[in-house]
Amino acid sequence: MTEILLVAIGGFFGAIFRFILSRKLKGTSGFPFGTFSVNLFGAFLLGLLVGLEIHGYVYTLFGVGFMGAFTTFSTFMLESEQLRMSGKDMVFFSYVVASFTLGICLLFCGIIIGNLLEI
Amino acid sequence: MVYLFVGVGGMVGSIIRYLLSMAAISLWSSEFPFGTLFVNITGAFLLGWITNKFVLLKKLPPQILTALTTGIIGSYTTFSTFCLETVRLMNEDQYLFSFLYILISLLGGLVFVRIGLKMGEQE
Repeated sequence: MTEILLVAIGGFFGAIFRFILSRKLKGTSGFPFGTFSVNLFGAFLLGLLVGLEIHGYVYTLFGVGFMGAFTTFSTFMLESEQLRMSGKDMVFFSYVVASFTLGICLLFCGIIIGNLLEI
Repeated sequence: MVYLFVGVGGMVGSIIRYLLSMAAISLWSSEFPFGTLFVNITGAFLLGWITNKFVLLKKLPPQILTALTTGIIGSYTTFSTFCLETVRLMNEDQYLFSFLYILISLLGGLVFVRIGLKMGEQE
């Protein structure tokens, strides 16, 4: 029950922060920078939490609740499909490839930096 | 005010994601992250469906739509946990699993968002 409450609190703030940041960073270039930056930033921060060896309730609040809701997969997929449908193949391709590669790399960097800071 | 709607949606979406991922862990005690895969693909479908069904037609008040799409579905799916699970599979030398996880998430997400969009267009 405590876990569910912590996930809910984290999710409440994570969703609001994503909403604000993704609208601010959206830009006008046609590339979905809003979701892109939020997802990469969230991946890095989650890696940092893991690298700092944060467990238990604190992890449930920030890792599962906040970061889980702050980052999003559904909007990422919808934007990708809309780019593909409108024939912007290069933007589609770079959005998908850059999100996956950088997301995984940044999460890994987060773990390493967290490990260094933890000692 | 719209922030409150998004926040409450975020609470609902996150709780459902958490409960489903717990259920997935107890159902398949597998190393493969079925829980996140399930929420990400079903969330992609739902967002596609709602986009064509309600958002473009503006059938619902805008704040309710934002609570549904950005709030509930946005928080129900997750990118950070997906990246973490991929890195964990790589760390355990499960390179095939990590590759399959990325591939199925991407292709599944794209295919299901498209099915959702198509189904939302109908009628």
